Amino acid sequence: MAAVSQKDRNLLAVIGDEDSITGLLLAGIGNVDKEGTRRNFLVVDPKTEQSKIEEAFEEFTIERKDIAILLINQHVADRIRPTVDKYEQAFPALLEIPSKDHPYDPSKDSVLKRVQKLFGD
Amino acid sequence: MSGTGARENIFPTRMALTNTKLRLKGAQTGHSLLAKKRDALTTRFRAILRKVDEAKRKMGRVMQLASFSLAEVTYATGDISYLVQEQAKSASFKVKAKQENVSGVVLPAFEVDRVPGTDFNLTGLGRGGQQVLKSKEVYAKAVETLVELASLQTAFTILDEVIRATNRRVNAIEHVVIPRLDNTIKYITSELDEMDREEFFRLKKVQGKKKRDAEAAEAMRIAAAAADENVENIEIGGGGGDIIDSKDEDVIF
Repeated sequence: MAAVSQKDRNLLAVIGDEDSITGLLLAGIGNVDKEGTRRNFLVVDPKTEQSKIEEAFEEFTIERKDIAILLINQHVADRIRPTVDKYEQAFPALLEIPSKDHPYDPSKDSVLKRVQKLFGD
Repeated sequence: MSGTGARENIFPTRMALTNTKLRLKGAQTGHSLLAKKRDALTTRFRAILRKVDEAKRKMGRVMQLASFSLAEVTYATGDISYLVQEQAKSASFKVKAKQENVSGVVLPAFEVDRVPGTDFNLTGLGRGGQQVLKSKEVYAKAVETLVELASLQTAFTILDEVIRATNRRVNAIEHVVIPRLDNTIKYITSELDEMDREEFFRLKKVQGKKKRDAEAAEAMRIAAAAADENVENIEIGGGGGDIIDSKDEDVIF
C-alpha cells in the first residue's frame, strides 16, 4: 500500500483563511523551499478563485510527496466539496479544521460522514 | 449428470477427486482464517471509529481556543499575519510516521517532531511578545491534537479499505469457491458411480454372451455327434451300393 512513500512524508500543509494560516504558521509548520516559490500553505480569501483552491489541493495531495497531513478549513473545503469528498487516499491524511468565523460542523466532514454512515447501519 | 451449479472443468478421475477434496479443505481453512482476521480488524475499527468521533469534537474546541488566542495577539500587536507568512522558512513542526501492525495490516501513526527554535524571532518584538508566545504555544498544542486526529483518520481510512477487501475475499470464498468445489466433487462422484454401473453392466453383458456362446458350442457338439452316428448307419445299411442312386434320409439338426 502506501508503506513505501510514507517514510519521507513529514510536513503538514494548510489551505485556509488568513487567521488559521497565521496561527498554524506561528506553531511552526510553515515550509518554503529555497527558491521561495513552493510553500506548503495557501491563503484563501473570499476573492480566491475556486480553480486556484483546487490546484493547490491537487498539488498538496498528488504532486508533493513530502506532505503527511493536509489541513483544510471547512468552509474552504465546502467550496471544493466534490473534490474533497472524492478524495480517499490514506496519504496525505486530509483533515478538515474549523476556522474562526465558521464553527465546526461535524455533519459536513467527509470522514465523519463515513463514520456516521458506518455507525448508522 | 449432476453439475447443476458452476464447477471446475476437470476430468472425473479418482485422483482429481482427491485433489479437489484437498482444495475444498484448504478453502474452508482459508475461509475461517479470513473470517477471524475480519473480526479482529472490525473490533479495532470500531474502537478507532469511536476515537475519531471524539477527537473531531475535541478538535473543534481546541481550534476555537487557538483562534481566540490569535485574536488576543492581533489586539495586542496589530496584524502580524503578513509578517508571519513572509518569515516562514523551514518547518520546525514536523511529523514522523511510525508503524503499527494489526493482524497483518500496517497502520501508520504520526508522531509530532518539533525542532526547537523559531522563525519568528522578530514577531512581537515591539509589543505583545507575551501574547505571541502564548498563542504560539496554544497553536502548537492544537496542531498536536490535529496530528493525533490525522493518524486516527489515516488508520480509519486504511482499515476501512482492508476490511472491505477482506470481506470481499471471505464472501468470494464462501459463495463462489466453496460451492464450486462442492459441485466439482459431486460431479466427479456421480461420474465415477456412473462408470461403476457401466462397468458392472458391461461385465454382465460379457458374462451373458459367454454363456450363450458356451450353449451354442455345446449344441453344435451334440449335433455333430448325432451326424456322425447317422453316417455310420448309412454305411452299414448301404452295403456298397451306388452312392448316387441311393438316397440319404434328410438330416435334420
